[in-house]
Amino acid sequence: MSGKLVNEVLVIGAGPAGLAAARAARERGTSVILLDSSDQLGGQFWRHLPETRPAGREEILHHGWSTFRDLSDALESDSGCRIIRSAQVWAIETSPEGPGTVHVVVGESDGVDRGRLAFSPDTIVLATGAHDRTLPFPGWDLPGVFTGGAAQALAKGERLAVGRRVVVAGAGPFLLPVAASLAATDARVLGVYEANRLPALLRGWLPKPWQLLGAAGKAAELAGYGAGHLKNRIPYRLGCAVVAAHGTDRVESVTIASVTADWMPIAGTERRITADAVCVSHGFTPRLELAIAAGCALTSERFVLVGDTQETSVPGVYAAGEITGIGGADLALAEGVIAGHLAAGGAVADVGLRSAVRRRRTFRGFAARIEAAHAIRLGWPEMLTPDTIVCRCEEVTYGDLCGTAASTRSKSLRALKLSTRAGLGICQGRICGRSVEELLAARVGDGGLSDAVTTDRRPIAAPIRLGELAVGHHNLPSDPDSMKGRK
Amino acid sequence: MPARLLRFGDDPIQPAPPSPVTITVDGVSASGVAGQSLAGVILAGGELGFRRTSARGRLRGVFCGIGVCFDCLVEVNGHRDVRACQRRAADGDVVTSQHDRLPSGDAT
Repeated sequence: MSGKLVNEVLVIGAGPAGLAAARAARERGTSVILLDSSDQLGGQFWRHLPETRPAGREEILHHGWSTFRDLSDALESDSGCRIIRSAQVWAIETSPEGPGTVHVVVGESDGVDRGRLAFSPDTIVLATGAHDRTLPFPGWDLPGVFTGGAAQALAKGERLAVGRRVVVAGAGPFLLPVAASLAATDARVLGVYEANRLPALLRGWLPKPWQLLGAAGKAAELAGYGAGHLKNRIPYRLGCAVVAAHGTDRVESVTIASVTADWMPIAGTERRITADAVCVSHGFTPRLELAIAAGCALTSERFVLVGDTQETSVPGVYAAGEITGIGGADLALAEGVIAGHLAAGGAVADVGLRSAVRRRRTFRGFAARIEAAHAIRLGWPEMLTPDTIVCRCEEVTYGDLCGTAASTRSKSLRALKLSTRAGLGICQGRICGRSVEELLAARVGDGGLSDAVTTDRRPIAAPIRLGELAVGHHNLPSDPDSMKGRK
Repeated sequence: MPARLLRFGDDPIQPAPPSPVTITVDGVSASGVAGQSLAGVILAGGELGFRRTSARGRLRGVFCGIGVCFDCLVEVNGHRDVRACQRRAADGDVVTSQHDRLPSGDAT
């Protein structure tokens, strides 16, 4: 949008990328509207105790806490930045004249009679982040099985440990801060089980091993705060996975097994561990629904396609953070600065952007190494049994998926979704969608799935009640203070 | 009661003293700390599973904790389908667990 007059930038998401974007746009003097579905700033990464309960040493639980405080303090005290909390964007309508119209409900989460707003800004920055990707395994639907993100959110946002004896498993460097947060909330972490093996980790990390040391050092520092466990080191095991969770109505134990480099469980290596909670994450899924609704093209790896300017394929729509590739908060911050600056009419070559451009290059390299080391391997379906639930909402099993694929001989994801109901439940395929796609693609054989359909498209991006839909929207609220949502 | 709140006096991050909040869950009183989510209050009260699935009647509770999976839906003060992990508990909230059975089909 360089060269075009920009009066108003709308930023969606107030995590690291969105906060950085809002601040950068404000530094160019452009008015900013910053929306977040939560009633606090910081996103999932800087989830913290509510403002009614400030903590004296919140920084212990966070990476880059002072950066968060600087960004949020600057934006909150800036009359040119309108922050609307508890603002759920539920649709984006494309427009030939501009980046589109953003439809929002404002009020407590899943409330009734929330106010509706619609914005048609000059530019939009999408910074919607990502959520955990957890692969299905037998028993993963039992209460007591959580994603790593759930353990983090409850530990950091409420100081609640999801269990007393907790197993952390899956893949990726995120497992370490999950374990650390649990330990710092007085849970006993029985072990961290990373499915990938040392050769993969070395290939991924060896070019810059000091970055791994940095992450591990932070985790050790955090774990040191676990009251009563000061001397207990948390075991970190490679090439192991939780292959089953057991119990009736709640987790009572888990089975850990060694897995091959492709993540296939190795028979004879199983052992049971008594645990009351298990936190499993295998990486992250970008939250793409708003980008797709805005018309943004995706990369072959299914992230939002952006150029050096962070602009998407839709003029005036920018993207930053995890939706452009999983890279962590430092990359999100750098991309956010660039996106905000450009969305406010600046150029990549501007001197003030040099540091952000350099940091973006550095941390993209870091992200590539994380992917090489910790990515999901193709053998994971070997963990499944015919009666393993794959789609949690519609309770569709692996056996159902295989049976329907075999009996219908369909190669259409759309048809197979309709005939199995996988991915059609209330989460709209957010949890199982990519796993369902991979399982079906493997079953239908040559050429994989034939239709160019994915499970990422959700025209209604968040639930809205019919009564709220019927009322209509305001283009601008008459009293901004009434729209801030309940604290 | 596996899930539990860290006692604020033991907390290395030194939060401000909590003020209590009391809700009811299926008629049973549960107390927590102001600012907690409904999910957090329910979990700390000992209930891991508080919704039953439609097809198999299985218990579900908090899974993703960040509003994505919709497994923790509850009825709050007469309004259905509220994600317990996304709603802060307000004193006096009346929470009812949900079990949406499939249509039996015997009417046809």
